[in-house]
Parts: sequence; C-alpha cells; structure tokens
Amino acid sequence: MSESAITDRAVTDRLAAKLTRPDIKLPQATERSLAIDTPLDDHTQGMSYLERLPKRLVTLYLPLSMILLVLLFPFYWMALTAIKPDEQLLDLDRYSPFWTWNPTIKHIQKLLFETHYPLWLWNTMFVAVCATVLSIIASVLAAYAIVRLRYRGAQWVGGAIFLAYLVPPSILFIPLASVVFQYGLFDTPFALILTYPTILIPFSTWLLMGYFKTIPYELEECALIDGASRWQILVKVVLPLAIPGLISAFIFCFTLCWNEFIYALTFLSSTANKTVPVAIVNEFVDGDIYRWGSLMAGALVGSLPLVVLYAFFVEHYVSAMTGAVKE
Amino acid sequence: MTDVALGTTPAPLPAPPPDGPLWPRLKVNRNWLGFWFMLPAAAFLILFLAYPLGLGVWLSFTDTRIGRSGAFIGLENYEWLWDDTVFWLSVFNTLLYTIVASAVKFAIGLYLALLLNENLPFKAMLRAIVLIPFIVPTVLSAIAFWWLFDSQFSIISWSLRQLGLISGNINFLGDVWNARWSVIFANIWRGVPFVAITLLAGLQTVSPSLYEAAIIDGASRWQIFRRITYPMLTPIIAVVMTFSVLFTFTDFQLIWVLTRGGPVNATQLMATLSYQRAILGGQLGEGAAIATAMIPFLLAAILISWFGLQRRKWQQGENNE
Repeated sequence: MSESAITDRAVTDRLAAKLTRPDIKLPQATERSLAIDTPLDDHTQGMSYLERLPKRLVTLYLPLSMILLVLLFPFYWMALTAIKPDEQLLDLDRYSPFWTWNPTIKHIQKLLFETHYPLWLWNTMFVAVCATVLSIIASVLAAYAIVRLRYRGAQWVGGAIFLAYLVPPSILFIPLASVVFQYGLFDTPFALILTYPTILIPFSTWLLMGYFKTIPYELEECALIDGASRWQILVKVVLPLAIPGLISAFIFCFTLCWNEFIYALTFLSSTANKTVPVAIVNEFVDGDIYRWGSLMAGALVGSLPLVVLYAFFVEHYVSAMTGAVKE
Repeated sequence: MTDVALGTTPAPLPAPPPDGPLWPRLKVNRNWLGFWFMLPAAAFLILFLAYPLGLGVWLSFTDTRIGRSGAFIGLENYEWLWDDTVFWLSVFNTLLYTIVASAVKFAIGLYLALLLNENLPFKAMLRAIVLIPFIVPTVLSAIAFWWLFDSQFSIISWSLRQLGLISGNINFLGDVWNARWSVIFANIWRGVPFVAITLLAGLQTVSPSLYEAAIIDGASRWQIFRRITYPMLTPIIAVVMTFSVLFTFTDFQLIWVLTRGGPVNATQLMATLSYQRAILGGQLGEGAAIATAMIPFLLAAILISWFGLQRRKWQQGENNE
C-alpha cells in the first residue's frame, strides 16, 4: 500500500480546494433529475396562448381527465372495497356502490392479526432490501470499471450487460428452479436474494454508467495525481457525486423486487416464506364469497410501502426509468 | 447524453511502473483492476443468468421431470409440441396479446405523452399520478382487476346495466373472447404509464424553437407531429417499444392472477403454459422447450423494433451507437 502514504484526509482536502475553484465545472449529475421539466417550461408557453380555452377544454383537459380516470379507478375501487362492510360489497342495488358511509377496518384488522400477512410483508421487505443492496454494490463496481477503467473489452461487456437486461424471467425460471435446487436454496429467502440480482444488476449497471459518465474526468485525474488509489477515487470522489443516481437505482430495484412474481412463485413453497404477491394469490383466494374485502385490503397494504416510497422520490424514480431507456 | 460522454475521452493514465513485485503491479494494471471490479456482477450474471439460459436450452432436449434427471432425447419435445394444438393456441394467444396490447399501449402512451407535454397546471403532480399504475405491483393491481371483472358483482357490468346499455352481466373472464380482451385491457392499463412517461421525457428534449418555426411557416398540427415530433422521437420509441413488446410477450403474472390460462386455454400464453407443464405438471423438459421456443420470437421482436425504427437514424448519417 505505497500510495496510501498520502492520507485520505489530504485527498479530500485537495478535492475540496478543486471544487471551490470557479473555473472547474461541477458535475451535472445532481441537476439531472431536475432537468426533466425545468429547462423548457418557459419556452413551451410561447405559442400556446394562441389557443383559446374552449378548444383546450376539448382537445386537452377532456381526454386527459378520461385517461386519468381509467388509470386511477382500480385503485379507488381497491381502497373502497377494503373499507366497505361485507353486506354492502355484494349488494350493489341497495347501497350506492361508489361510496360508503360506514367504513370498517375489519378487513385490514383481519389481515394484520389473523393471517401471516405481517410476516409476508417482512419477507418481501427483507428479500427486496438484501437483493437491492447486493445488486447496487455489484453494479457500482461494474459500472465504474466499464466507464472509467476502460479495460480491454469494456465496450463489449457493456453491450453484454444490456443484452442481459433483455432476458426475461419467464424463460429462465425452469432452469433456475433446478439450479436453485442443486445449490440447496429451494424454499429459502436466499433463493430470491441471489436470483433477483440477475434482473437488477443489468438495469442498475446501465443506469449508473450513465451517471458516472457525467462526472468530469478531471476530478479523478486530480485525485490520481495526488496518489489516490482507484478504490479511494470510487469511494471518495465518484460515489458522493453519484448519490442521485444511486438513489434512483435503489428505488427502482426495490420496486422491481417487490413486483417480482414468477421466481417467488416457483422457488418458495412453505407459507411462512412467501412474499406478499405470491401469498395473496395463493393463500387468500378461497371459495369464500366474502373474500373480496380482505383480498383488496391485502393488495392495498401491499402496495402502500411502494407508493409512499414513490411519493418521496418521484423525481428519482422518473429519472431512473427514463435514464435507463435513454442511454 | 451519450454523445457528450463519448466526446470527453479520458486522458491516458500514468503508465504503471514497469517492474517491481507482482501484487502492486496487479493493483495498478487497468485490465486486472477491471477484472476485480467486474467480478461480483459477472459472478451473479454467469451463475444465475448465463448458466441457466444454457441449461434451459439443454433441458429442452431432455425428458427431465421434477425429482428425476432426464436423458437426452433430441428434438422429441419439440416434435411433441409441434403436434400439440394447445401449444399452437398459446402461440396464437401470445402473438395476439403482444401485438394488440403493444400497439394500443403505444398509441395511448404517445397521446398521453403529447397531452402531458402541453402547458398544464400541476404538471409535475399529474406526471406523478400517471405513473402510479406502474409502481403498484402487477399482481396486486391484477387482483383489483379480477374484482372489477367479477362475473356477478362487477362494477362495470352494474354501471352499464344502470345506463341501460346491457341487460345481463358481462361474463368478463368466463367467455373466450371476453377473457382475451379483458386481460389485454388490464395489460394496456398497466403498460401505458411506462410508455407515456418515457416518451414524455423524449418529447421534452425536442427544442421548442423547431415548433415555433413550424407554426410560423404555417404547419398544421398533424404536420408538426409527423415532420418534427415523430422523427425526433424515433430513437426513444425504438427502445421503449422494444421493452414493451418484450415484457408483454413474456408476461406471466397478470394472466396467472386473472385467468390462469382459462377458459379452455383461451388466454394461455407461452409463459403460463410452460409454468403449467413444467412446475405443476412436473415435465421440466417440455416446459423448457416451450420457454426456449419463445427465444426466436423475442429475437425477432427485438430486431424488428430495433432496426426498423433505427433505420431513419442511419439514413441521417449518424453513427449507430
């Protein structure tokens, strides 16, 4: 470790000095997520004043609100069903179906205290967090190596990773089931924690490559000249600047994990190990005509964590989705 | 974005010291460093993606069952599938599902993107709301659709009855064609936000001065769309539609929740059929053959949407990135 004679402290100090210099441009990564709607707003107004309100009402607001209505109605219906008393659920003629005056928390209560639902939520959360963290670590290293180390064949590896993104789980689940069985992982959370990264790594590597490219190479050069190792550069220079990208990748991966179904359906068999989507489909669906209340409550509660997360990080989410497509 | 990144070719690194002990040299050597950095990702992708992909193709040539390793039987699985009407029905269903759903998703998605690109109040919030169907796990929203499509208590049937449009309840998931249109509708509902939001991001990169110039020149709305918006969007349309077609073609969750392939295999897709044969029926070899049979379709879809839509870019003399 000869180069670590220069301490970390010295490296960060030099960098701080570079960063305060006005002639060195700061990386764009942090602004990228905002760039989606800000820069053009002023100009798009330019000609739209030529259109009068009645015309806009018919060509713009009417179709828009109809599409929104269709997109949101299933959620309204889901939430309404989850809090309706049983007798109102099936009697559409005596009670107005679109509203309820006496909501009940019976379904949600039943869900949380009479089933394994909290356990399933925990399983899903555990698998999603572990798989996401593993994938992000692997992707950060891979993306940095492809973009900045530029080892021999890096371009090809980048292309191969994009191709890996195009391999759908529906093709892989049968051979993966036998692989999981061979490795002795069947019906354990590790079956999912180790297989989900195959979906997540290609996506997040691709996304992070885009972010790393926006970080000026000069910053790294300075650090290199000051004697920082590649590892120090990655941890102390690149990662702090790529935090918006990391958040985007994290949220998107987490959502993908939560959403995954076919692997969880195939690789898990015992009730206690299931994730929320599989458990709801397999455990809640019985012949009971009054099952709808608890089914909808289960679907609602299972979606809430993601919706809350999404509400806090909308911009990151959108930039993750569009960023991965644009690259 | 990529062009900018390509423009700033990094300056060459200081040359590694030519001699000295092996370990420090390995730490500095770029290719070795690259190897170590790639190791975790490569390990995952090789062990759980490349190897299973190969294994799947191999399994399709064997008569493996669950709990019993099989012997090589050549093309027997495929010959069996060739004469299997259920398999061909699933191919037909998958193609119908993919083509109709992708086309409608593209049309509505593009329309929605154009609407959202107008000067609107609460634009950011609208965009956030539009994306919600994409956030909620497919299985959970599919369950909501299952309830909406219930044969007796469907709110859709009830509303139409109240309006006097129909006399009896619609059997959404019990009738062959109704079931097909119902699952296609649910798939479109789920996919439109993705298409719309990504295309919207593409629209926002189109310079407004192009539109202003066109308006001054007296172009109609359609001409503006056809001659400016659409050409500027083609690269991103190519990518978005490749993804959309790919994920629609291999869809499993939605069908599994709504119909499990019924009624009488009317909504059986190749993915659900392979699950049914391989995992529920135990015929891993046959299921793997169905899954492998999806690969040529996927390759064709990728090539068509990729090259078909990218052609314009080549014609303009840009290099294909």
